[in-house]
Amino acid sequence: MGDSSLLVELGERISPEVNRRVQDLMDRLEHAALPGVRELSPSYRSLMIRVEPLRMALGQLQSAIVDLVAAGHTGALSSPAEHLIPVIYGGDHGPDLDWVAAHHGVPPDEIVARHSKCTYRVYMIGFTPGFPYLGELPADLDTPRRSTPRTRVLKGSVGLAQRQTGIYPADSPGGWQIIGWTPIELFDPRRQPPSLLNMGDTVRFEAIRPEEVERWPR
Amino acid sequence: MAAVGAFEVLSPGILTTVTDLGRYGFSRYGVAPTGGVDSFSLRVANLLVGNPENAAVLETLAMGLRLKALRDVVVAVTGGNLTPLRDAKPLPMWQSLELQAGEVVMFSGPAGGFRSYIAVQGGVDVPLIMGSRSTNLSSGFGGYGGRPLRKGDIIGCTEGPGRKRFEERVLPPEWVPAYPSRWRIRVVWGPQDDQFTDESRQTFVSHLYSVSSDSNRTGIRLNGAALQVKAGILESIISEGVVAGAIQVPGDGQPIILLGETVSGGYRKIATVISADLPYLGQIMPGEEVAFGAVGLEEAVRALREMEDRIRSIGFTALA
Repeated sequence: MGDSSLLVELGERISPEVNRRVQDLMDRLEHAALPGVRELSPSYRSLMIRVEPLRMALGQLQSAIVDLVAAGHTGALSSPAEHLIPVIYGGDHGPDLDWVAAHHGVPPDEIVARHSKCTYRVYMIGFTPGFPYLGELPADLDTPRRSTPRTRVLKGSVGLAQRQTGIYPADSPGGWQIIGWTPIELFDPRRQPPSLLNMGDTVRFEAIRPEEVERWPR
Repeated sequence: MAAVGAFEVLSPGILTTVTDLGRYGFSRYGVAPTGGVDSFSLRVANLLVGNPENAAVLETLAMGLRLKALRDVVVAVTGGNLTPLRDAKPLPMWQSLELQAGEVVMFSGPAGGFRSYIAVQGGVDVPLIMGSRSTNLSSGFGGYGGRPLRKGDIIGCTEGPGRKRFEERVLPPEWVPAYPSRWRIRVVWGPQDDQFTDESRQTFVSHLYSVSSDSNRTGIRLNGAALQVKAGILESIISEGVVAGAIQVPGDGQPIILLGETVSGGYRKIATVISADLPYLGQIMPGEEVAFGAVGLEEAVRALREMEDRIRSIGFTALA
């Protein structure tokens, strides 16, 4: 992309396998510490590599990547963390829960049960700092985005969009269906790393009652 | 190194932020670079006052900023000509100068260009967060408390071990960039140009686009001939990483030039602005016109090398 970045596509579709290949290439590149590489931006199915083109020509980077892939994996893959995220579903905390339940023709409790029974993979962090794209939602939770996005979604809101679920780390505009809220702090610029969740981590949601919020560390 | 009050903000104008060359290495956590949009002017401003290129500076938009010097300071103003005045007299740009305590500098309005950079010797003193002092406005961190400047803010600068050192430095006039109102911006095709129709690719490099008033730090929105994807191709793609200068085309076919405030996006990019022309994006104003010219990778890299050679040949070294 442009004269100072390379977009490496590692698959066509959203799948854990393709996403693992992205992560694997990112780890190898990090391990290789090539000169002139400024930034690695992983996403669902591609890795964007930003370079200083006067220190590392794009053609040179391309052959380095081919070599890295051919050499096989040498470094240890960073081990994924497992997270349990408490969520207050419905009511003021999840203003779209009833709409989502009606859309699927089931009671709201059933939506909560479907959402909190699965383990999700963090495919990427993007949109805003610390925002995790989690997947894949079970087919019976596949829900369209809101027809009119909200100008302000509250920090901590847990949302759905098609086969993805995510958490808003800060107040922001947003079009996802909001079904719950978590007290967990997802992004802190002074923390290292600043994002609680990282690509490749796993996430489960646990339904809690509003009065239980206090026992969860922020 | 001690921090001392350098300026009081009498009026912040339309938008004034603390910025530097940006925050890199954190996009995997969703953190965008958010540096000064016109990096050339930012670097030159720093070099003129004897700072390292990446010191924190003020970036101000269009008009209205008024600053009062709280002590004698060495400053340089570069970038767009926002008609800077020093106690009601024109303040020369693209050179170092001394402001005396009590003097007021104001920016009365654009006369070629859109963003000015104000460097102060020692650099603006704000905390380093994730390796940068630039303001991330959308998430509210970095810079001055994560927000634009307000009336009454005191801007500190870092005082070196010695006293301030004034050395008259002037950018050779032939190197001062020209900011026209009809821009020609060079791009390289891709990454998804092959998914647009041949007619649309042709349109993109032959049509004059006008800059929409909806433009902001996230992107320069353009109005003009709509660009279309080939038959059977969906409007959006699976979200992927983006860079400043990527030109994305949403469903309505009107291109948007992304700036450094975004890490990922789900629209196709027809082309990407070359690195040597990225600084100009900071000076394009709503109402102006943009034409795109496609160049090859080699020419793009050559243009970047020329720009870097020019900055290096200024030959100003850090004073401290």
